[in-house]
Amino acid sequence: MAILLFAEHDNQSLSDQTAKALSAASLIGGDIDILIAGKNAGSVADAAAKLSGVRNVILAEGDTLEHRLAEPTAALIVNLSGDYDTILAPATTTGKNVLPRVAALLDVMQVSDVIEVVSPDTFKRPIYAGNAIETVQTTDATRILTIRTTSFAAATGDNAPAPIKTIDAGSDGTGLSTFLENILSKNDRPELGSAKIIVSGGRALGSAERFQEVMTPVADKLGAAIGASRAAVDAGYASNDLQVGQTGKVVAPDLYIACGISGAIQHLAGMKDSKIIVAINTDEDAPIFQVADYGIVGDLFDILPELERQL
Amino acid sequence: MKVLVPVKRVVDYNVKIRVKADGTGVDLANVKMSMNPFDEIAVEEAVRLKEAGKANEVVAVSIGPAQAQETLRTALAMGADRAILITVDGPIEPLSVAKLLKGVVADENPNLVILGKQAIDDDANQTGQMLSALLGWSQATFASELDLGDTTAKVTREVDGGLQAIEVTLPAIVTADLRLNEPRYASLPNIMKAKKKPLETRTPDDFGVTVSPRLRVIRVEEPAGRTAGIKVAGVTDLIEKLKAEAGVI
Ligand SMILES: Cc1cc2nc3c(=O)[nH]c(=O)nc-3n(C[C@H](O)[C@H](O)[C@H](O)COP(=O)(O)OP(=O)(O)OC[C@H]3O[C@@H](n4cnc5c(N)ncnc54)[C@H](O)[C@@H]3O)c2cc1C
Repeated sequence: MAILLFAEHDNQSLSDQTAKALSAASLIGGDIDILIAGKNAGSVADAAAKLSGVRNVILAEGDTLEHRLAEPTAALIVNLSGDYDTILAPATTTGKNVLPRVAALLDVMQVSDVIEVVSPDTFKRPIYAGNAIETVQTTDATRILTIRTTSFAAATGDNAPAPIKTIDAGSDGTGLSTFLENILSKNDRPELGSAKIIVSGGRALGSAERFQEVMTPVADKLGAAIGASRAAVDAGYASNDLQVGQTGKVVAPDLYIACGISGAIQHLAGMKDSKIIVAINTDEDAPIFQVADYGIVGDLFDILPELERQL
Repeated sequence: MKVLVPVKRVVDYNVKIRVKADGTGVDLANVKMSMNPFDEIAVEEAVRLKEAGKANEVVAVSIGPAQAQETLRTALAMGADRAILITVDGPIEPLSVAKLLKGVVADENPNLVILGKQAIDDDANQTGQMLSALLGWSQATFASELDLGDTTAKVTREVDGGLQAIEVTLPAIVTADLRLNEPRYASLPNIMKAKKKPLETRTPDDFGVTVSPRLRVIRVEEPAGRTAGIKVAGVTDLIEKLKAEAGVI
């Protein structure tokens, strides 16, 4: 039997989260097909075809798939499911939205946020904000998984292209919901998910203006992505897509600099697999120091400008 | 319009949990339990809909042990009108929960079900989507704004790239993200009043649902730990360490 990987993309480029989920699929073993559901997404299919170890790329295009609304996308995957014993996707907001719907339609219990493939039916996943790791074995005939991409290296993308098969978008599941608009944050910084360095700010930043003023120059110097704690996002200092944590993005860069972030377990859940953690905090007892490789006790409004000067 | 709000009793979000030494699970003895924070947000949203005259009844439902009655009383104190407890001992998977909720929906005929986007114990993030699939309804997950009309709802969703607005046809499933609202604290008079609100108890058998798990938990272990590093004197020292020792800049 075979594996179907539901790809993450924006109709123009393929997200590297797909290449990372592909590595997880390769560890499970079997023929791997990649599904591109979208509209005018030919270039995405071309990129997916060049990933290592892909048997076929399946391209389904149509208006209803342009934004990968849950209902038609899940219906499409269900219609393909007969040929696969494993269906997986990166644990992006799209993957999390669509795959449990597929799972219920197939009467399967999904395994969310896989961080390790132990065997083709046994996986490790974090629970309780990553404070425990559970090993689970599925007993369902079809295995449905979302993959935590920070735990897997990206498959290479310059191989001889696999065939691209075009299929009909179908009309199942359409008409239930309608896309209105995307209000996407625009910046030319590296993406949180793939950045080598992340500078992250917390409640201590105090305002959106100061967040910009103090964090941006340091991030620019380091070529870093910017992250934020929930408190900073709730207060409107940073946009929601920058939230790192249990219920935000999970990141694992080479260097994570936490500025004015206390280190609540929900925040640690999203960044404690970073290679090197630096903490800047006025409170020497802040829990963030318990996970930091290097800590500076002090005022971030002094330290960050100084850091920017010296870099 | 009737709104159904499923709520889960979970370990309080402030508790630092401990893994059992024998690797069979997490130690829940004498640990503070609370309503899943995302479900509190869901209850708050439903109660606000009622206060705004857009809903006329809010029904809270929980699936769990007898003590989940406390969780339901919290929902009632926040403003839910009545509650249903489906008693199940031990862990229960999202797929089974979704099947039970489908049964409740068949009995209650709500026009809207608002759930938390994930429970902070199993972190599965599945139940709302699964319920929506089983009912064949529309779904709007990770909601940060809900604008309810008579036949449709406009929902703003938190997605990886920012926000996405969609319109769903009612009846619909909405799952709450952190920024949908800030849940209220129940006042003392409302806590007292909640004790008198109706709370009905059911079993999975009433709905013809078997709740046996599909996933076999083989082991639960501590994550690889991190140890605290060192404090450095200042920026010069830090840059030097990041370059020479860590090699990350
Ligand atoms: C269901 C749920 C889900 C959650 N999900 C997430 C999540 O995904 N991500 C997340 O981050 N949080 C999440 N949280 C919130 C989390 O519990 C914390 O409330 C939050 O992380 C705190 O943010 P903070 O560290 O910025 O703020 P605080 O805890 O207020 O910390 C501010 C820190 O700044 C320090 N400070 C103050 N002034 C200065 C200064 N001038 N210079 C340097 N340091 C200074 C203080 O000493 C303090 O340590 C969640 C909570 C719940 C209940």
